[in-house]
Amino acid sequence: MKLRELFEEGRFVLTSEIGPPKGVLLDEMFAEIEPLKGKVDAINVTDNQSSVMRLGSLPVCHILKERGFIPVFQITCRDRNRLALQSDILSAYVLGVENVLCITGDHNVLGDHPQSKPVFDLDSVQLIKTVRGLTRGRDMVGNELEGSPEFCIGAVVNPGADPLEPQIIKMELKAEAGAEFFQTQTVYDVGQFERFMSQVERLKRPVMAGIVFLKSAGMARFMNQNVAGVSVPDDIIKELASVSKEDRPKKSVEITARIIRSLKDMCQGVHLMPLGWDRYVPDVLKEADLR
Amino acid sequence: MLVSERKPWEEILQSLGTRDRIFVVSCGGCADACETGGNEGLVEAKTKLQEAGKQVTGAVLVDYLCNKVLVGIRMGRYIKELEGSDLVLVLSCGVGVQVVGAMVDLPVHPADNTLFMGGFTGVWPGAERCAQCGECRLGVTGGICPVTNCTKELLNGPCGGSNNGKCEVDPEKDCGWMLIYERLKRLGRLEDMKGIRPARDHKLMEPPPERRKTIYWALENVE
Ligand code: SF4
Ligand code: SF4
Repeated sequence: MKLRELFEEGRFVLTSEIGPPKGVLLDEMFAEIEPLKGKVDAINVTDNQSSVMRLGSLPVCHILKERGFIPVFQITCRDRNRLALQSDILSAYVLGVENVLCITGDHNVLGDHPQSKPVFDLDSVQLIKTVRGLTRGRDMVGNELEGSPEFCIGAVVNPGADPLEPQIIKMELKAEAGAEFFQTQTVYDVGQFERFMSQVERLKRPVMAGIVFLKSAGMARFMNQNVAGVSVPDDIIKELASVSKEDRPKKSVEITARIIRSLKDMCQGVHLMPLGWDRYVPDVLKEADLR
Repeated sequence: MLVSERKPWEEILQSLGTRDRIFVVSCGGCADACETGGNEGLVEAKTKLQEAGKQVTGAVLVDYLCNKVLVGIRMGRYIKELEGSDLVLVLSCGVGVQVVGAMVDLPVHPADNTLFMGGFTGVWPGAERCAQCGECRLGVTGGICPVTNCTKELLNGPCGGSNNGKCEVDPEKDCGWMLIYERLKRLGRLEDMKGIRPARDHKLMEPPPERRKTIYWALENVE
């Protein structure tokens, strides 16, 4: 199933996200996503997220598919040159993956192998264009493929970036290159998101608002200081700080659902990033009057 | 020595678009030795530009363009001519183009591609760096090199990690794409950020065979 079909049906699309383990034991990951079954439309599998070496995104996508989930293959430009990127995209197709999300990727120095060689042979725009080319039966240099893969191609954008203009210019390039939908960096500031949406409506691409579950006031403050384009408003931080540790999940569910409710009419879907709190996803969706 | 070669004149003239008043700067250092700058280059550029119906508002030879102080002094004499120009065409390695770009509030276009560094590194002036990518694109990046100023060497705009003008790898390091964006905005040329730029051709980073031979020849001759 391609996400494109769901958008076309006019469905409000819900996705979530899972990071493969550092190692080969999968049980914990399976347990983590169990509550998502039947609740979300698809699950993104991250690609060495935050530049931390882990089990690959592609095999995990394949396994999720076998278990009845619809995977979205996240692929970054950090670790593979153009040969490997194209090859992995073809591999994804034969392994049953139908959705890819093309991202630049965090820089190596932010992860656990800061000594490694950054690749970035292609940037995200060029990668999207390349995947689009593959779906039309040609590799990057124009060689014909024996059978072409089919994908729904997604891309990312940061609506909180300051200044926003260069982000939007890049978003246009991504759309021009072949991106069919956009997933955003986490949103907490609804007004800011609304302003962003009014500027990108003309691109006519479905946008899924990203939302990271806030687990504590400390986490919110950390994100404000360290994550580009993320601003958790003060009243949300105060709200989180006002409850005891045991009540935090409940508060987090309440806040997340509230944000989703207010974003719902502005965009075409929501991408949830529960960071291990997948068990609260059903509560969030219920409180947000979604499923 | 920063070894460069002339871009095809067709490409150079095309990059100028409808901008007609061109100021030419040529480097008398490495570029002179490579026959891509120097006085001969200056004369060639003037002729080519005039043939194409462009007005040459001024032409100046500076040795060396990687010496910022020298560039400042020489260019300072042409403030009026520069004010009456649409852009500056620079005949030098990527460093020289960036130095001129940092000095004047005008778009700078490279006339040369920088291929590789043959031993001597020039009089390195500081922040302007060239990675000798062989395909100089400073003309559409506001005279700021995306290859050396963006930590990920991105060609199509900033990544999502750009934060308050700084790069995601280091809060002390300027985000190269924010510098490019700000400069293009100031120059009124934000349209340069549009249009997908193709992936780099890494073959161009290998010195071409005839150049390689010259280096060996020079070394052999020393014996
Ligand atoms: S684009 Fe950058 S690396 Fe390439 S030749 Fe120009 S200055 Fe040098
Ligand atoms: S933050 Fe800016 S300089 Fe750093 S990698 Fe991203 S675009 Fe390049």
